[in-house]
Amino acid sequence: MSAEYVLQMKNITKRYGENTVLSDVSLSVRPGEIHALLGENGAGKSTLMNVLFGMPVIHSTGGFEGEVLLNDEVTHVMSPHDAMLKGIGMVHQEFMLLPGFTVAENIKLNREITHPNLFSRIFGKNLETLDSKAMASDARKALDSVGMNIDEYTRVHGMPVGYMQFVEIAREIDKTGVKLLVFDEPTAVLTESEATQLISVMKQIAQSGIAIIFITHRLDEVMAASDAITILRDGKLAATRRTADTTITELAELMIGRKGEAMVEHDDRPAPTGNIALKVRDLHVDMAGEEVHGVDFDVYEGEILGIGGLAGQGKLGIPNGIMSLYGSEGSVELFGETLKLGSAGDALRAGIAMVSEDRKGVGLLLDQSIEDNIVFNAMQIKNEYLHKIGPFTLKDAKAIREVGEQMIQDLDIRCFGPTQHAGTLSGGNQQKVCIARALVMNPRFLFVSEPTRGIDIGAKKLVLETLIKLNREHGMTIVMVSSELQELRSVADRIAIVSEGKLVDILKPDASDADFGLAMSGIKPSEHAEKGDGE
Amino acid sequence: MDKQKREFDLRSFARNNAVTIMFVVLCAICMAFSGQSIAYVIYELFGRLSRNAFIVLALIIPIVAGMGINFAITIGAMAAQISVLWVIEWGVGGVPGFLLAMAMTVPTAAFFGFLIGKLLNKMKGQEMIGGLILGYFANGLYQLLFLFIFGNLIPLKTPGLVIKGSTGVANTIDLTSGAGGGIKYALDGIWRTDFGTALYVVCALIAVIVIVLLALRKLNVRKGGITLAVLAACCLLYQIPAVAGLFSMVKVPVVTFGVVALLCLFNVAIMKTRLGQQFRAVGQNRVVANASGINVDHVRLIAIVISTVLAGWGQLIFVQNMGAFQTYGAHEQVGLYAGAAILVGGASIRKATNKQAILGCILFHLLFIVAPPAAKFLFGDAAIGEYFRVFISYGVIAMALVMHAWSGVQKKKKAYPGPEALDPTPGTRKGARVFFV
Repeated sequence: MSAEYVLQMKNITKRYGENTVLSDVSLSVRPGEIHALLGENGAGKSTLMNVLFGMPVIHSTGGFEGEVLLNDEVTHVMSPHDAMLKGIGMVHQEFMLLPGFTVAENIKLNREITHPNLFSRIFGKNLETLDSKAMASDARKALDSVGMNIDEYTRVHGMPVGYMQFVEIAREIDKTGVKLLVFDEPTAVLTESEATQLISVMKQIAQSGIAIIFITHRLDEVMAASDAITILRDGKLAATRRTADTTITELAELMIGRKGEAMVEHDDRPAPTGNIALKVRDLHVDMAGEEVHGVDFDVYEGEILGIGGLAGQGKLGIPNGIMSLYGSEGSVELFGETLKLGSAGDALRAGIAMVSEDRKGVGLLLDQSIEDNIVFNAMQIKNEYLHKIGPFTLKDAKAIREVGEQMIQDLDIRCFGPTQHAGTLSGGNQQKVCIARALVMNPRFLFVSEPTRGIDIGAKKLVLETLIKLNREHGMTIVMVSSELQELRSVADRIAIVSEGKLVDILKPDASDADFGLAMSGIKPSEHAEKGDGE
Repeated sequence: MDKQKREFDLRSFARNNAVTIMFVVLCAICMAFSGQSIAYVIYELFGRLSRNAFIVLALIIPIVAGMGINFAITIGAMAAQISVLWVIEWGVGGVPGFLLAMAMTVPTAAFFGFLIGKLLNKMKGQEMIGGLILGYFANGLYQLLFLFIFGNLIPLKTPGLVIKGSTGVANTIDLTSGAGGGIKYALDGIWRTDFGTALYVVCALIAVIVIVLLALRKLNVRKGGITLAVLAACCLLYQIPAVAGLFSMVKVPVVTFGVVALLCLFNVAIMKTRLGQQFRAVGQNRVVANASGINVDHVRLIAIVISTVLAGWGQLIFVQNMGAFQTYGAHEQVGLYAGAAILVGGASIRKATNKQAILGCILFHLLFIVAPPAAKFLFGDAAIGEYFRVFISYGVIAMALVMHAWSGVQKKKKAYPGPEALDPTPGTRKGARVFFV
């Protein structure tokens, strides 16, 4: 007797304290079906999968509401290991492979085939000798079934990334009784031909009766591979579609959606197109998880340029690369002068300031006072706010107090006074201290990276208003990087969308949801329109 | 092109084995200035190898399990010394005394190892400093035990074990007291023979094993042939009087070396079991091991328990060879010297083999033998050589740590496809990474 659905997740709701991250989400997967799970970052895909795998993070925070059915039976998955026993497998985005082990050892990891020996009879199963021949032959079978002809005795270390992905899949297939496989962004690190091969392997697996949940942000792959699609948005179920009944444009629209009105009020104005303030050509940045592979763009003097895109696609790499906080290459011109990459000090001296996304890591010295935080960079880089007495350099306490109070007033930092420790401030006010610190450098150009991350909605509004005020009243050119599209749309004059380390397109804030959705999955909206017309 | 490649290989060989090469050079220089005859140095070396090799080999499993050098073996040594004290108090001597001490060491050392493992699991990534400090801390408890509890609360009857006119266990514990001459040389003395006999016996034994394996077709003919040829060559070489002369002073404690060989076999065999596979998996990447359902903490605990018990046995071998030990000092430098020795052999804090442990033991103790006389010749004071070898031990460990950090940086620079995929530290790639972390 075979069930109609291999997996049903019904009305799943998950709260972390006050914060509802999943509300009333359902997902049904048929045997042998490739089911795509779509959604922006924070849409709830990861949480849903954490629920499916019974991750400790779910159980330790009070569990979830709703029920999970495997083969039409209500099931409680208690741990990832339990999930494995119940026939749910995961192909990780980060390869869970050991570089020093051979392919066969990796495939059989912790499921080794052993035979008993003298000691194991006394001390238990753990001392049984490995049967490397049987392990290799099992591995061979699994490798064959994904169409990979690599030798099972090769070490994983130094193998091409694409191979590792297939080894990972072979491992999941080798597990007996696998009914459902989750592929988490499997094509993110693959070349185009490897990705095509992967999709054909996925189809092959599905044909053998194993259902697949395919998490990806590449809409064209969804169309090519999947049978059905579930789209999440803001922790809610946006839609479920059969792939045959939908279009890529509709998917893009569903994924982005309208999220309420603009967050801040300001006058409409034509986007400035005068002098070029920052000219970036062929920028490559080596920032782990946010690599940038060759980006060109111009920023006009007096504008606010937004940079958006999904997490891990490289949007954070752009400001960090230009500020040389991470290794970067390419040519950057600031107001017509060449900016040498490689030293954050040079960038700061040239007049660029940056409000980092990593407020607690590189942004703020939490045990220091607000005023010390505000003048820290100016003191270190520009040698301002200092007295020189013979060989000693002392802090100019009076000047620091003045600028501290000035900034607290200008930016409306809510605190007891300039000597309060930065660590005791709320997130929004910490962010304002970061902005103040950037401002005392008297920058000509400001990078603001994820300014509203982790702060509440009221504070978000204040931070965004501060940015607009800086731009309109002081003529500051600002590049703002944010994961929240709505925020970019309400503040920026133009929005550049980055996907897989490359700039896809620069869109107007009032461009359609579908255009943004397409751009985020790496498809240039204008080109798609042309292709669409041809169909 | 070819030449260039060879040069590059030579350079990377030198870089990978810098500590070992430095030691070979250092030993050679000291040897030249020491004025000692080679026969005497070889004699000394065999003695030191027999008593020290075991404890160095006890370090391998934790290194493979990714916990670095287990400096907490000091505590295993303490467990051994507690056992020895009671074996002497009870007056059990000879082989039975030694076996009793071994048996007593197992539960105590295993219990200590369990506690150490629990603690080290709470401080992943800082196991080495943790083990080191734990050793110092345990030393305090050890002193409390030996100064106050033994001899006072628990009276000791054997004369000479207690400080006369004071409290606590005497400064030096003499192993010669007790029935059958105590447990001094209990293991060494079972069968001690000259080098020639030992060589023939060992060669014959290996030859028999090789032939049996060949007959069972478990070994390929080429490998077996080479092994037999090497054995024959060794025996033939020993026929040259000049060569035999070098070993004329050596008396080989066959059983002790047999035990060391058994431990080597154990280290190899355990890596071929499911448990060994788990050690290696955990050592390479805890996140991956955990994701595949391995109980990482449990595996690490087992590694430390095994290592602590083996270290205890190692200390027993050491003290039975010495015939006496400093009650309050014999265990103190155990972790340091063993750690330095294994590093000298070319092991790193992530990778170690039997070969490296043995080679390291040979080189490290060779330097111990030749450094004082060389210093005496050069500076007129043997104490400088003494100072020199302590300095060298710390220096070797520091250098190994620096080289480990440095090669980590080198590897990161050598960006090959997907370096972050192999990075053992969980980073900050994409949102979905929370799975299985």
